[in-house]
Amino acid sequence: MIEKTDVIIIGAGPVGLFAIFELGLLNISCHVIDNLDKPGGQCAELYPEKPIYDIPSRVSITGQQLTDDLLAQAKPFKPVYHLNQQVEKIAKMETNEWLVETSLNNKIRAKCIVIAAGAGSFVPRKIPLENLDLIEEKNILYAVRNKSILEGKDLLIAGGGDSALDWTNELSKIANVTLMHRRKEFRAAPDSVSKMLELEKNKKVSFLLGQIHNIENLKNNKIKVLVKNNDEIQSFEVDYLLPFFGLKMELGPIANWGLNLMENLIKVDTEKFETSVPSIFAIGDINTYPGKLKLILSGFHEAALMAQECFKYCFPDKKNVFRYTTSSKDLHKKLNSS
Amino acid sequence: MKIRVIDRDGNKHELEGDPNSTLMEILRDADLDIEAACGGCCACATCHVYINDQWLEKISPKDDDEESMLDQAFDVRNTSRLSCQISLSDELDGIELEIAKE
Repeated sequence: MIEKTDVIIIGAGPVGLFAIFELGLLNISCHVIDNLDKPGGQCAELYPEKPIYDIPSRVSITGQQLTDDLLAQAKPFKPVYHLNQQVEKIAKMETNEWLVETSLNNKIRAKCIVIAAGAGSFVPRKIPLENLDLIEEKNILYAVRNKSILEGKDLLIAGGGDSALDWTNELSKIANVTLMHRRKEFRAAPDSVSKMLELEKNKKVSFLLGQIHNIENLKNNKIKVLVKNNDEIQSFEVDYLLPFFGLKMELGPIANWGLNLMENLIKVDTEKFETSVPSIFAIGDINTYPGKLKLILSGFHEAALMAQECFKYCFPDKKNVFRYTTSSKDLHKKLNSS
Repeated sequence: MKIRVIDRDGNKHELEGDPNSTLMEILRDADLDIEAACGGCCACATCHVYINDQWLEKISPKDDDEESMLDQAFDVRNTSRLSCQISLSDELDGIELEIAKE
């Protein structure tokens, strides 16, 4: 089934969320796609608790508060969110609409695409060792999709955050788990930490102090992980290594869409914030133009101007009458009806 | 003030520092491939550097936040720091460091 909307927004960070609002004011409907499991982008993923001081009228606001408020502001326009997935492909249809396909095989068609992808998609941070390609496909899991392949196996989980601790606790039920971290302190939820320590006490989980030094491929489908602690190196033979070193941002498939790029940023004009491909727009940290500042505030401005141009693509026969939210009865009805 | 940097390929650079900046800002603006994804609020670990032993004690020690973020970095050593958490001062004129692998 192919879903249909007016505009597809790629990225549910602050600028993508505000774009829903600006487009909504012009009666333009939106679907929003994001690779994270929640809206908010960097604000929610990297610094939910850190205060931001340069949002107009907000003396101080945390990343999470800003996200929550933007979600509430966008809500009256009934956006549809597609989370936990990345846009893999875009193609022009005969109807002149864009067909967008995601990594979860969702298909959506729309008249415009708005790229509000910040510094790209959040993806697991990979081990910076060379020649890992072969092993990465077979023995290194940066995410657990299918638990059953791990049953009865020897696993080495690396990291000290929530993912590392949660998977250590969970997988200890079905596999031989060793958790490795560079110190015996963890920045995970206290509950998960005490559970892990309890499992270690009962010898259900082993803990290893150290860091990944090197990885070698073995012939028996296993890998040898060399673990370094201070200057001492030990080696471990395991079936799978599960490294959880947080997330990093990557431009990903967007790089292959034929847009004019400059150092991994998308070039736009400063009137419409349209890319080199008509009806594809780029707003927020992902775009570049002379004088660009990577501020949330700039992204908000870009969203408003982008929406004006999207209107022409979405309603080519209608006249766009400029209205203020303070005075338009029509807008009040829309904003208060949710 | 001078900052002496060894990049990921082993090349040496001498950068002009500024006591009003953080070390990360100088490295980033010199295009030394420091990602600094979070912009300097100690919320990622993409500005990881190794400080030369002799300079380490002149820098204010790591706080818990920085220690926690270093958990996401690879090959963390005793000399590891996140460069966004190091405010430059004239005392650090000549500081030597190496950019960690990413």
